Amino acid sequence: MSIPTVIETRELVRDFKKTRAVDRMTFSIEPGEAVGYIGANGAGKSTTIKMLTGILKPTSGHVRTCGLDPMRQRVEVARRVGVVFGQRSQLWWDLPLRDSFAILGAIHRMDEPTTRARTDLLVDQLEMGPQLGIPVRSLSLGQRMRAEIAAALLHSPELLILDEPTIGLDVLSKQRLREFLVAERRERGTTLLLTTHDMGDIERLCDRVLVVDRGRLAFDGTLPGLASTVGAQRMLVIDLATPTPDLHDVPGATLVESESGGLRQRLAFDAETTTVAAVLAHVSSRHEVRDLTIEEPDIEDVVRRIYAASGRG
Amino acid sequence: MKTFWLLVRAGFRRHSTYRLALLAGTTTNSVFGFIRASILLAALASAGTAIGGYDAPTAIAFVWWGQALLGTVNLWGFAEVKDRVRTGDIAVDFLRPINPQLAYLAGDLGRAGINLLGRGLPAILLGALLFDMAPPPSALSWVSGAVSVVLAVVVAFAGNFVINLLAFWLVEIRGITLLWMITGGLLCGLYLPVPWFPEWLRTIAHWSPFPSMLQNPIDILAGRVVGADIASAVAVQVFWAVALLGLGQLVLRAGRRRLEVQGG
Repeated sequence: MSIPTVIETRELVRDFKKTRAVDRMTFSIEPGEAVGYIGANGAGKSTTIKMLTGILKPTSGHVRTCGLDPMRQRVEVARRVGVVFGQRSQLWWDLPLRDSFAILGAIHRMDEPTTRARTDLLVDQLEMGPQLGIPVRSLSLGQRMRAEIAAALLHSPELLILDEPTIGLDVLSKQRLREFLVAERRERGTTLLLTTHDMGDIERLCDRVLVVDRGRLAFDGTLPGLASTVGAQRMLVIDLATPTPDLHDVPGATLVESESGGLRQRLAFDAETTTVAAVLAHVSSRHEVRDLTIEEPDIEDVVRRIYAASGRG
Repeated sequence: MKTFWLLVRAGFRRHSTYRLALLAGTTTNSVFGFIRASILLAALASAGTAIGGYDAPTAIAFVWWGQALLGTVNLWGFAEVKDRVRTGDIAVDFLRPINPQLAYLAGDLGRAGINLLGRGLPAILLGALLFDMAPPPSALSWVSGAVSVVLAVVVAFAGNFVINLLAFWLVEIRGITLLWMITGGLLCGLYLPVPWFPEWLRTIAHWSPFPSMLQNPIDILAGRVVGADIASAVAVQVFWAVALLGLGQLVLRAGRRRLEVQGG
């Protein structure tokens, strides 16, 4: 094997007093992959991340991060991995943002020119220039989260782990963050592991999804694969100009609901077999469409279906 | 080493942002300095002679160096590490390729630096201007006094760090912090010089780390301890610094193991 596996777990188990938080988890992540790690609250996502980074000791099983044993080689792992916990901060609250980067650079034993060059690059890409002189405590949530990610990437880690990076962010902030992460991966080939409750994060960032259900790996594959496994469907909501009879005859779509005497109708369709455009074209060739919205399958719903499919939940 | 220095600077800058707090601290320091100086002078006047090696100018020096070092040495403790343990943010500290104790020590030295400048210097100037205060008797006293102040900061930090880490096991450490503050405040020589204590209390103080946090540097700077005695006063401080930092490492390791076992 020429390129080492970035993350490798085998039969990984973690018990807390009476409950099993992670149950015989086996998966591996190769360099350059972008993996979404999803599951309900308490499914074992954070526990897994803590074991990958050496904060938590596995009850049994095997875990390697960048080829290292995170428990015994914590410092070495810390040098090669960047971690952002959406709920925690790694920045110095009272100091201007610039200082946090300088200190982190020193902690990672980077020389000053390297730290400065790397800071400039990240700040430029994340458009954070105006915030450099502001104390971290005065940053908005979106600004702070971008700063957190810049801080995690400062030492050019091979692996970036993001735990709920977009939680609480507005649409624009989310989008900027995602665009940056896509570019970062494209340019540096950083391996990405992220937990999220946001399907948008997964769709735009990840080419592979791991679904965890009560500590067990319930699904490991691509996002379209996930959608087809659970039959998660997208929803097209159409507002029509006049009350219209129920739209039962649209190819590839099924009527879910009709409101206001047929003024608003909801059609479910499978993204694998048809497109929004096709459905819309069919409807608008027969009726006058005033407005439309598309509802994405919600991650909780997908997870629920996975649970149901695996006979539990 | 460069990392350590940068963290010291960060601590300095961090605490220099709270200028109003520094000003308030300086004012309080000065008021209490006047009160304490008056009490000690009255005691010396009624005794009519030096007590425990302190005449009036040394007693004044004792008071004002004490006021100057009060903010510099973190006698009252800090809550940052305790809070991070409780919220789980301590996990972030473990995700850094640096020993957390070292990182916090550096930050505290920076905090001590700004407090020495912002609170200590005004107190000393005030004492020297308005009172007949004994200056450090020699260059040796100045230099060893400076070393002793740094050691006092380290000892106080190391002790408080251990107290903070108890949060790994206890839900609330306020009671212990309070006990530490009261015991420490008395035994470090803040209220009265340790040599003025009754025999039994002096013995207890001598076996505790507290005089290393205040009494020792003050004695050197006030000129009550001179010559070869300086070496033993500093040696005691070095002992406590090493012992408490070592204990802190052990407790930190145990705390980390607890985190590993219990979850963050």
